[in-house]
Amino acid sequence: MVKSFGRFLLFIQSMLTRKERFAVLWKRTIDECVTIGVNSIFIVSIVSAFIGAVTCVQIAYNLVNPLIPKSTIGFMVREMTILELAPTITSIVLAGKVGSSIAGGLGTMRITEQVSALEVMGINSASYLVLPRITASILMFPLLVILAMALSIIGGYLAGSLTGAVSAQEYIEGIRTDFVPYNIVFALIKSVVFAFLVSAISSFKGFFTDGGALEVGNASTTAVNNSIIAILVADFALAALLL
Amino acid sequence: MIEVHNVQKSFDGNQVLKGITCTFETGKCNLLLGGSGTGKSVLLQCIVGLMQPDLGSITFDGTVFTNNKVQIRQEIRRKIGMLFQGSALFDSMTVAQNVEFPLQMLTPEMSREERRDRVQFCLKRVGLENAGDKMPSEISGGMKKRVGIARAIAPNCTYLFCDEPNSGLDPLTSIKIDELIQEITYEYDITTVIVTHDMNSVVEIGDHIIFLYKGLKLWDGNKDEILNAQVPELKEFIFSSSLVRAAKRIDDESHTPA
Ligand SMILES: Nc1ncnc2c1ncn2[C@@H]1O[C@H](COP(=O)(O)OP(=O)(O)OP(=O)(O)O)[C@@H](O)[C@H]1O
Ligand SMILES: [Mg+2]
Repeated sequence: MVKSFGRFLLFIQSMLTRKERFAVLWKRTIDECVTIGVNSIFIVSIVSAFIGAVTCVQIAYNLVNPLIPKSTIGFMVREMTILELAPTITSIVLAGKVGSSIAGGLGTMRITEQVSALEVMGINSASYLVLPRITASILMFPLLVILAMALSIIGGYLAGSLTGAVSAQEYIEGIRTDFVPYNIVFALIKSVVFAFLVSAISSFKGFFTDGGALEVGNASTTAVNNSIIAILVADFALAALLL
Repeated sequence: MIEVHNVQKSFDGNQVLKGITCTFETGKCNLLLGGSGTGKSVLLQCIVGLMQPDLGSITFDGTVFTNNKVQIRQEIRRKIGMLFQGSALFDSMTVAQNVEFPLQMLTPEMSREERRDRVQFCLKRVGLENAGDKMPSEISGGMKKRVGIARAIAPNCTYLFCDEPNSGLDPLTSIKIDELIQEITYEYDITTVIVTHDMNSVVEIGDHIIFLYKGLKLWDGNKDEILNAQVPELKEFIFSSSLVRAAKRIDDESHTPA
């Protein structure tokens, strides 16, 4: 455990020394932004809209006391999704999608000697392959989280008005009560940390795969497992530190 | 010329290379011959710098490579072209992009047109001028090897390394790949090192052959000398093929006076 954490740090360090030209890395980063960010929009949208909808319906179900105004439903949906559900659930979904594709992609490149081919050309393969993936994740995760926040609130709105659990007017009123802008900042800080964890852990697992196709599969699975655990631990740590 | 001096390498106490000293000559096809597991690939990886030898030194045309400064190692690496056993083409890029890649990375001063011309030239050299737009997954194993060769020679390499260029290919395609490597070696006067255990390649293109056995160099010479070598391990290796035995018999009979 300690040993592999040490290797992880060395890996991050090797990525930052002897970097390739900026133009090359920038172009790779843009490519990765497309695979990591744009290609995840669909799944993130679906997940967040449903999470918002379900949260709204369940809060309405639990809120039987007539003294509490219905607008509380909107308020609670906003608080829960912005602070916790949007950043954390989105990052867990992305750990599955992006983490496995990073680990699988790098693992395949390793076992088919594509990594060695880069090294023989005198290219720092860690910096060329991994740095753009981590940068792209750090750029794209927050954007996807903002999308998730918006869509889960809209999801709650639609669910509330369609089921009649809460009227559109009350929901919107709830959404606008006691808004704390710092919560959004906090959620974005979380998403950047999660982005780094998911992409770095998955890259590490994929990059040091050795063996055959079976090991590539294992690397993907471990990458997703470890990423999710890291997200949850970091989620708790950040909440304790920053709230 | 590449000089390898007393190179040793072990993995967790298992000594794979036990002090190998040999030279690879410029303008010739140098073959590293030996059975499975004798350390051919390990030696090759030590030479190109993918692995660090535990002991010994490797010198490229007088410049020491092992344990030298990063810039000097980098300088040498830029002159190395390598064909991998599984071709190792970048599978997210087309054939032409694969060949262009080392040019993009190593010679940023080249203009787009110059690069495109060079790619076209290299693809034509290996007989694949029409396959530039294909993806690596769409071409056959033999074609992949050709693309691998084109990618290796694109930046005008001075040293060409090939790890089993004809494993997994039919005899005819193997010979074509061997001939291509030989032609390129002579044409550009480069130092070529080929790892092989294929006797066909040996008698076809073996200008200088180094026989490895259990991490030691047991013999070196050329293709005309190898059939009469007196090293028992090498004899066993060569004559394990009945085709070679038959050829040798015919050869001997034609030489014995009636
Ligand atoms: N990275 C490594 N870690 C540990 N042992 C290794 C490693 N690479 C090679 N070996 C060992 O070194 C020995 C020689 O391997 P090598 O790949 O050089 O053989 P080879 O001569 O290329 O054989 P083949 O013709 O089958 O490719 C083998 O016993 C192998 O187990
Ligand atoms: Mg080998």
